[in-house]
Amino acid sequence: MNNIIEVNGLSVLHGDLRALHDVSMNIESGKIVSIIGANGAGKSTLLNTIMGIHRPAGGTVRFEGGDITGWRTSKIASKGIAMTPEGSRVFADMSVMENLWMGAYLPDAKKARAAQLEKVYGMFPVLKEKSSQLASFLSGGQRQMLSIARAIMMNPKVIICDEISLGLAPVIIQDIYVKVRELNAAGITFLLVEQEIKRSLRHSDYSYVMVKGRIVMEGKSSELSHEAVSDAYFGINQFA
Amino acid sequence: MLETLPQAVVTGVLLGGLYAVIGIGMSLIFGIMKLTNIAHGDIMILGTFLTMRIAQSLTGNPVIALLLTIVIMLVFAFAIQNFLINKVIAKGAEPALLVTFGLSIIISNALFLVFGANTRTIPSQLVTTNLIRTAHVSVSMMYAVNFIVAVAVIAVLSLVMNKTSLGRAIRAASSDTVMSELLGINTKHMYVYAMMLTVVTAAIAGMLVGMTFPFYPTTGTQYLIIAFGVVVIGGMGSLPGTLVGGIILGLAQLVGANFIGPTYQQLTGFLVLLVILAIRPQGLLSKAVRK
Ligand SMILES: Nc1ncnc2c1ncn2[C@@H]1O[C@H](COP(=O)(O)OP(=O)(O)OP(=O)(O)O)[C@@H](O)[C@H]1O
Ligand SMILES: [Mg+2]
Repeated sequence: MNNIIEVNGLSVLHGDLRALHDVSMNIESGKIVSIIGANGAGKSTLLNTIMGIHRPAGGTVRFEGGDITGWRTSKIASKGIAMTPEGSRVFADMSVMENLWMGAYLPDAKKARAAQLEKVYGMFPVLKEKSSQLASFLSGGQRQMLSIARAIMMNPKVIICDEISLGLAPVIIQDIYVKVRELNAAGITFLLVEQEIKRSLRHSDYSYVMVKGRIVMEGKSSELSHEAVSDAYFGINQFA
Repeated sequence: MLETLPQAVVTGVLLGGLYAVIGIGMSLIFGIMKLTNIAHGDIMILGTFLTMRIAQSLTGNPVIALLLTIVIMLVFAFAIQNFLINKVIAKGAEPALLVTFGLSIIISNALFLVFGANTRTIPSQLVTTNLIRTAHVSVSMMYAVNFIVAVAVIAVLSLVMNKTSLGRAIRAASSDTVMSELLGINTKHMYVYAMMLTVVTAAIAGMLVGMTFPFYPTTGTQYLIIAFGVVVIGGMGSLPGTLVGGIILGLAQLVGANFIGPTYQQLTGFLVLLVILAIRPQGLLSKAVRK
């Protein structure tokens, strides 16, 4: 099996609070992997630690076999991992096109900038329409699209999305997942964080369920039942 | 009084241009790092002394002296940002402010050690040549050059910040550090680049100041106060605002001096600063107050 990202025994502290306990997971190359969990389960902490935003108290993160634990975030990104963080985080004082250019900041991406721009404009025509407008004028859904499009501009091997569907209308969510499928078919590996069990299982190949900083269940998304995940999701929560 | 007003206005505006180019680097550092660089005036005067010394000993050509000064100042900027300010800026703006305070003292003392306390000038024919001379108004070539260079520096710096990949990356690093890192931007490097841009403007301002006015190792403080006034009036971090701020400060000083007397020049300048602060604390051209 060819794992593009391997997380091993990861523990993370936020002050006194242990946000991750001995978390291990494998992201197989070319797949869509999802992490399901309630508010405060530690999903964002896990993604942020993979990206070097938090430093782990223990454990390792490997990318394409090499240890990247504790690396500077920009260096991890330059290896080919893009992340759309919680809340889209577009640059409000820049135009839509400038935001996309920011995605193509690294030298390799910059060389392919014009072609990538055509590609994302093809995928998200609304961004092309608004290309010269300030990103602050975009709606929530359009910002999420811009955030994903900006990640695509990086020409990454992996895209990590922290709750891209948060606060969006179902039609728009549907649309975004169609794009995720397209990009995945073109070879990009995805790691998605979701709160909604059904959507998560439907749109991924493999799923992990997190409760209170631990992985409590994992399996092929097609083989995990909604009920079992739901029990894990809520059940253990009550005891903890 | 009234017959000397046109002269005061013309000189005030032109002097304001010089003030703007003195303040622009401080504005940039404030806008990008939220840091009040107490050493800004001293860094500029360091540039003035370097240009003077290089012009004296290596070349008579002030432009070549300026270019060499810029090279030295770029190394200096890299060193102070990379090895000093970046080490503390993550802990907040206050520790970094103290670092720049220390730098200010070190620079002025080092200048004193090397050059002594004597008052110096960078000789230039621009000072003694008149561009315009009528019964009511005369404009020296020096003041005209100050103004033109100031506008050019501000225009070029604004272009760099808004229209180049480097400028956008610096702005991105400033507005959202984590997101910028996620896009592969090493935000610490961006701060180093911002400091390098700043010292280029400081070196240019320093040469103009040295040609226009006498200077000595502790003159930097005086210009820090001017830069501070320019940045506050113009709107913290707004580059075009710096030009407006400089002109308002220059006008306030010279028009004030015209009516009350030259000894009150500094006072009227800073009275206007206080009034503007009271009415618009965020400065004239700043964007809405940040969250
Ligand atoms: N920077 C921080 N400092 C202190 N505690 C934090 C910090 N970030 C997260 N936490 C805490 O760590 C735990 C895990 O938070 P995290 O944001 O990773 O959860 P999440 O699964 O992403 O939740 P959500 O669905 O709300 O985004 C929570 O208890 C949270 O309060
Ligand atoms: Mg989260």
